[in-house]
Amino acid sequence: MTAKTTASGVPYDAQGDMADKDRRDAAMKGFVREFGAVAAAHLEACVRCGMCAEACHFYVATGEPAYTPINKLQPFEQAYHRHAGPFAPIYRLFGVVPSVTLEKLEEWERLIFDACTLCGRCTLACPMGIDIAELIKKARHGMFKAGLIPDRLQLMDRTARAWGSPATPADDFADIVREVGEEHGVDIKVDRERADYLVTVAPAELTEHTKALADAAKIFNKAGLDWTYHSEGFEASNIGYLNGDTELQEKMTRKIIDCAVKIGAHTLVLPECGHAYGAARWEAARWYNDKLPVRVIHMTEFLQEVVASGKIKVKPVGQTASFHDPCQLVRRGGVMNAPRDVMAALGLEMRELENNRALTWCCGGGGGVVSNTRADPIRYKAFELKKREVEAAGADRFVTACGQCRITLDLGAKHTKWDRKIENLLELVADNLAD
Amino acid sequence: MTLLEFARGPALQVAMIIFVLGATWRFFGALLLPWRLAPAEPRKGALSPIAAAFKGVVVKMWPHKPFQKAGMFTFVNGYILHFGLAIVVFLFAPHILFIKGLTGLSWPALPNNLVYTVGVVTMASLVAGLVHRLRSPVLRLISRFDDYLSWLLTLLPVLTGLLAAAHLGARYETLLAVHILSICTFLIWFPFGKLMHAFMFVFSRAMTGVRMGQRGAEL
Repeated sequence: MTAKTTASGVPYDAQGDMADKDRRDAAMKGFVREFGAVAAAHLEACVRCGMCAEACHFYVATGEPAYTPINKLQPFEQAYHRHAGPFAPIYRLFGVVPSVTLEKLEEWERLIFDACTLCGRCTLACPMGIDIAELIKKARHGMFKAGLIPDRLQLMDRTARAWGSPATPADDFADIVREVGEEHGVDIKVDRERADYLVTVAPAELTEHTKALADAAKIFNKAGLDWTYHSEGFEASNIGYLNGDTELQEKMTRKIIDCAVKIGAHTLVLPECGHAYGAARWEAARWYNDKLPVRVIHMTEFLQEVVASGKIKVKPVGQTASFHDPCQLVRRGGVMNAPRDVMAALGLEMRELENNRALTWCCGGGGGVVSNTRADPIRYKAFELKKREVEAAGADRFVTACGQCRITLDLGAKHTKWDRKIENLLELVADNLAD
Repeated sequence: MTLLEFARGPALQVAMIIFVLGATWRFFGALLLPWRLAPAEPRKGALSPIAAAFKGVVVKMWPHKPFQKAGMFTFVNGYILHFGLAIVVFLFAPHILFIKGLTGLSWPALPNNLVYTVGVVTMASLVAGLVHRLRSPVLRLISRFDDYLSWLLTLLPVLTGLLAAAHLGARYETLLAVHILSICTFLIWFPFGKLMHAFMFVFSRAMTGVRMGQRGAEL
C-alpha cells in the first residue's frame, strides 16, 4: 500500500504491484463486466442537466462542482462508450472516445470512494431515473480489481477476509458476547446448534457500542423467542459490498445465510446497520438461485414486529424526538414506517427533520466513507447539513437505526463540539421495556 | 438538381436512413446487453414490476420538493422546450401535409400564427437553456461537445423554419431547402448524441422504478 499523488495533485492510494497497463486493464475489465442492459439504459439516458448536484450532500456542503454525482461516473461512462456501448467499435476505430487513462482512474478514486456514500439521493433527483448510486457501486468493482481503493478500506477488506469480520476474529466472538452479557446482566445465547432466529451484528457493536449486543439479547429474551448469536455467522456488515470486492461480498453473505440455514433458523435478523440491509436483503439472492432460503429482516423491522404483535411491551418515554433515516435502510431499503411505528409505541412525539424519510440527508459516512480518514474534511462539512436540521427541529432526543450513521454523527458532533447525544432505536427500546 | 430538390430528395432520404438504422442500432445495442437485475424477494405489498416501472416513468415527471427550488428552471424550461418542439413539429399545417405525403396520416393543425409564436418561445427556451448551461459551474464541468452540438442542431431547424415562414434573408425556396437540410443534420446526429434520451429515458426510469419498487422504496 502506498499513498500517492497524481500529476494534478490529487491524492490516491494504490494496492499491489501491478504494472500501469495491467492496473488500467484490470479496471476496464471490471467495468465492462458491469455493463448490462440496466447500466446501459442509465448511461444512455443522461442529458447532463446537473439536477443530481443539488441532491448530493458533498456538493451542497462544499459547492465543489467535481462532487456532482454524474461527474463521479466519468471514467465508468467513458469505458462504457469505448468498450461496450452500441457504437464502441466505431468509437475505438476512429478514436472518438479515448481510452481511460490510469491517471484518470487515480484521480477519480477520491470521487468514487471519498465523495460518495452510495446514499442514492441523487437517484431520487435525476429526472431520467438514472440510478447513479448503483452505477457508482458498480464502478467500485472495477476500481477494486485495479487495486485503486483507499488504503483504509483495503485494510478492512483484508481483515474481513482473514477474520470474517473487520472488527474481531471469529474465534473471539463468543467470548466477547458472553463478556458483554455478564457486564450487562443479560442471558446471551451464542453458538446454539438450533434456533429460530439467527441474530447478527455490526462491527461497531463489537467495539464502541457493545451494549447493543446486550440490548438485542434483552429484547429477544423478553419476547420469549428461540434465538442465538453464532460464531460461524455473526458479521452482517459486508465490507465487500462497500469496497467493490464482490468475491468478499459473496463470502460474507454466504457466511450468515448458510449459518442461518445450518441452525434451522427461519429468520436472519440484521443488526442496526444500513448497508448490511442492502447487501443481505436486496443483493444476497443472486448467490442462492434468486431465492433466499431464509427470511432476512433488519433489527428495526424486528422491533416493529415484536412491538406490534405485543410480544414485548414498552414504557412511554414521553418526550419529543427526531429520527435520522439511514439511507440504505430507508431511501434504498424501503423501511420507512417501521422506525416511526416503534417510536410512536415509545410515546415519542415526532419532530421530523426538514428532509426526512426517503429524502433525508445522508449522515455523510455511509459507503465506507466514515472509515476512510482521507474523507474527513468533506464528511465534517456534510455533517453540518444534518446538524442544522436537527437544531431546527428542536426535539429532546435524536435517534437513528444504524450504527455507522451513529458513529458518523458522533464524530461530527465531537468535531464541531456539538452537545447532542445520538441514540439508537434498539437501545431506546431495550432501556424502556415494560415489565 | 436544385438545392431544394437535393434537400427534399437524397439528403432527406439519407438522413432518414441514418436516423432509423442508427437509432435502432443504439437502442438494441444497449438494451440487448445482458439483463442483470438483482433478484430479491419483493417486500410484502410492493408494486408489481409493471406497476413499479410505470410509476417510475410517471413520478420522475416532476421533482421531489427538496429539489424543486434548484431544479425549477431545468424542469420548467425543459417542458417549454419539449412541448414547444412537439407543437411546432406536429401541429404546423405544412408539417402535417409533409407527414401525410409520407405516411398518409393527417390530423388538424393549429393556426400558423400560434405555431410561429410557439416557435419563438421554443427558441427562447433553447437560448435560455444554453445561457443556464454556460453560467453554471456544475453544468460547465459536466457538459461535453455532444451537449453543445445537440443544442445547435435542435436550434437550427426551429430558427430556419421561422425564417422560412417569415420569408426572411433569402428566397423562400432557398430558406426551405436550408430548413430541410438543418432537419437532415438533426436526424443524422440524433442516434449518436444525447438526443437519444428521447427513447432511452423511459427505460432508465422504468428500470429504477422496478428496482426501488420491489423494495417498497420511493422513486
